[in-house]
Parts: sequence; C-alpha cells; structure tokens
Amino acid sequence: MISFKNVTKKYGEEITAIDDVDFTVEEGKIVVLLGPSGCGKTTLLRMVNRLESISEGEIIINGENSKDLDPIELRRKIGYVIQSNGLFPNMTIEENVMLVPDLLGWSKKDKRERFKYLMKLSGLDAEDYGKRFPHELSGGQQQRIGVVRALAADPPVMLMDEPFGALDPIIREKIQDEFLQIQREVKKTILFVSHDIDEAIKMADKIVLLRDGKVMQFDTPSEMLAHPKNEFVSQFFGKDRAIKSLSLHTVENLREIIGLGPVDETIQDTKTINVHQDLRNTLSMLMNQEADQVIVKDDHGENIGTITIDLVQKYLHFEIKGKISASQEG
Amino acid sequence: MENWARFLEVNASRILELTIDHAVLVSLAIIVALLIGIPLGIYLTTNQYLADTVLQIASITLTIPSIALFGVMIPIFSLINQGIGFVPAFVALVLYSQLPIIRNTYTGIKNVNPEMRDAAIGMGMKTHQRLLRVEIPNALPVIMAGVRTAVVMNIGIAVIAAYIGAGGLGVLITQGISRNDNYLIISGSIAVAVLAIIADSILLLIQKRFTKKVLAN
Repeated sequence: MISFKNVTKKYGEEITAIDDVDFTVEEGKIVVLLGPSGCGKTTLLRMVNRLESISEGEIIINGENSKDLDPIELRRKIGYVIQSNGLFPNMTIEENVMLVPDLLGWSKKDKRERFKYLMKLSGLDAEDYGKRFPHELSGGQQQRIGVVRALAADPPVMLMDEPFGALDPIIREKIQDEFLQIQREVKKTILFVSHDIDEAIKMADKIVLLRDGKVMQFDTPSEMLAHPKNEFVSQFFGKDRAIKSLSLHTVENLREIIGLGPVDETIQDTKTINVHQDLRNTLSMLMNQEADQVIVKDDHGENIGTITIDLVQKYLHFEIKGKISASQEG
Repeated sequence: MENWARFLEVNASRILELTIDHAVLVSLAIIVALLIGIPLGIYLTTNQYLADTVLQIASITLTIPSIALFGVMIPIFSLINQGIGFVPAFVALVLYSQLPIIRNTYTGIKNVNPEMRDAAIGMGMKTHQRLLRVEIPNALPVIMAGVRTAVVMNIGIAVIAAYIGAGGLGVLITQGISRNDNYLIISGSIAVAVLAIIADSILLLIQKRFTKKVLAN
C-alpha cells in the first residue's frame, strides 16, 4: 500500500510542482497517474523511491514513512520500470534481471530459480535469452525484460514510469495485456505513470488525474468517465468519452443486460468475436465490416448470438449515457 | 642493404636494450598516470567546478613543449640531486598523460546514458556499485581511447627525454644527429614507431577483451 499524505514539492519559494496531493494505492491495485505533460506525474512517482525529495507531507509505504527509511534499502524494495527500459548494455539479460537479488546477496541457486520463473512470466525462453545482451532483443522484448527485472526481488510495490510509451501501438497493446496477466498472478501494488488515456482506462483500478501538480480527480476509470468532477476532467477525456468508456465493458456485460441477437445460420463469411472482447473494439469491428452483424463465440468456440451496432448503441444509451446525463443533471 | 646488415650486427643488442629501457620508462609513467588520472577523472564527475579547473590545467600542461618542460625540471629536481636522468623524465611523462586520461575518464562517465544512470539509482545501487557495474563498464571504450592516446604520445615524448639523460631510443636519434649517422637516426625512429604500434595494438586487444561485444558496436 502506498499512501500520499498532503504531499507537496516546491522548487524554491515560487514554484510548486506538486500541490497537496492526497490519495492511497490499495494493496494489489494499479493506480495510474494521468495528465498532460508537465503536470508533475513523473515527479510524484519519483518521490516514492526518493529520487525526488518531498517538501511537505509524507509518503507511507506499507506502513513505513519513506523518510525514515534508508533510500538504498527503500529502492531495493520497490520495483522500478522506466520508459526506455534502462537495461544495462554491458550485462547479459540474466545479469540485468538478477541485479537487485545480486545486490541483496541472494545465493546463486536462488537467483537461477527466480530467473527461470521470471522468464516464464515474460514468455521468453530463459536458456535462449539469458546469455544474450539487451541490444540483441527487440524493443518489445527489452521492455518485457525491463518489467520482469523490476519484479526480480519480489518487491511488494512497483513504480512504472510510462513503461510502454516507447513501443509501437500493436506491441504496446499486447504487452499491456501480458502485463495485466502477470499482475493477476503477482498482485503487486503499482503506481503507473501514463499520458495515454486509453492505456490509463485499460490498466487502472483507479486513476489520479493531475494538472499543474494538483489532483483534479481520483476515481475508478468508469466513474471518471461517467462523472467527471470538473470541466478539466471532462475536457481531458474528450467528447468521445462515452465511446472510450465502452472499452470498460465487454460483450458479456451487454449480453447480461440486454441480450444478444439470435444466431442466423444462413449468414456465412461474417466475422466472429469472443464474448470477453470489449465493446469499443467490437464497435470498431462492426463499423469496419460490411456485414451489419458479427457472431459472438464463447470460450469453447460455440456461437452464442450476434451483435449489431444497434445493440451497442442501445447498451451505450442505457448503461453509459444514462449515467453521464444523470450526473450532469445532478 | 649490406651496410644495414653490418650495422644491425653490431647494434642490434643495443637497440633492443634501449627499446626495453624506453618501454619501461613509458610503462611506469603510464601506470602512475592511470593511478592518478582515472580516480581523479571519476571524482571530477561529481564536482563540476573542480572539473572545469582541473581539465583546463591539464590542457595547459599539454601545450608546454616537451623540451621546455624538461628544461624547467632540471633546476627543480636538482634540489634533490635528481636534476637529470630517469626521475624528471618520468615526472614529465606522467604530467603529459594526465590530460587524455582525465578528460576521457570524465567525459566517458559523464556521457553514460542518463536513463541508465537513473535506472541504476532507482534500483538501489550505491554510488560505488553504480560506478563499478554500470558507469565505468559503459565508459570503458572512451577511457581506453584516452589511455591509448596517452601511451602513443608518451612513446614519442620519451624520445626527447634522451636529452636529459633518461636513456631510451632517443639516445640513438640524438647520437645519430650529432654524429651525422643516418643509420642510427633511422633505426631509432623505426624502433620508436614499431614500439608505438605494438603498444597501441596490445591496448586495443585489452580493450576488446574487457568490453562486452555490445559496446564494440
């Protein structure tokens, strides 16, 4: 758990980079720090492992005030991932990944076992990749290594500073999915910096939206999309925030609430989607298809119904727009 | 050619001896220069003000003509009865090697990718761990380039040291000039050139040996 208690950072008397920030990252949850450039999100993140100093207030990490801890010890207990992966080119992948365990004086055997486990998580072959050097890997592979390196000593807390920002969109989505998969297994307490709204909506249990070092809103993604607290928040998420919020809902949700269309066995050649696909992608698919419906399959590959633009619109109307208009009236 | 054969028959062992003297003088000076220059270069990365000052002083040292520096050293070292010979030559060579060694160490470490340094600090490395495991290994090609410059330069400067009685291959050349003996001049010069090439190649091998393949790119 990471608690920010009235945290402020000032440069001199004039400039306030972080202004009275107060929120908590619950155990095992991902909180995304989101905001335009220069809003202080990276500074706030770096205050946790004391790469930046705190002027006022305190940060409590798993019950301990970060100020009372030795910065070296503190950093070794916090996984840290940066955008350009920060792998050391003079070390092999195995040396890179096992760096913190090595600093902590783990035995050779423990390190070896941990490395194999981590590489399994990353989906890369331990024997094949362990001896390679970072430049021999693709950008996506390097970033996977950057993530598992942060997990090496099994730290309870992780800080991720735009970890997938340098990747191309296709690889980025894939690695985001993989990372969420890993998170389901390791359940770390994660503070994650992003400037990408879609990434934030996808990764976050809760979002902290920052502007000029102040918290504009601290809420779950769906709450933030449905009930923006002020003009800045609603502008930041844009006019299409109803569509954005579709990525928080799956075909399964729609099926539960308004039901799918019947399967028409006479239609051939139409695209199929999995029932766990999110509605935003489903909508894009429907709009790109010439056919006006796609067949929904469950996990066993059985056809369980069809979905059309009309159905998505209906769902959007009931589930999402309803909430938004209710909030605007209220 | 016959003349050369006769010349070498008489002088080969002397040339070899002087080459060894020359190499010993330069090696000792470089070893001491490394012991001073590398720690100093590393320290300077933490102190910007001192870095500017020290690098300027080192640059100025390098502009002093070697013959003049040897001249200045004679009265100074006369105070301890070492006015000519090995000691002043050795000190001069140490001074001359400082600039390339300090500057390349300093620049090499300063230019290590700041994100890499950030990652190292963020992962909880102590200063010496960061230096030894990340910064120095990644700065090694630049540091070694400085060392190689210093060695090759010193092999040349050490020739002049013959004028203050420090021995080495300069003896052949100075004698050749005063006796008007081309064989001495040419054999001395070639020996210096060969020594410089060999020394540089050995250092290049060492550099490649200690630099993981990624850095060679």
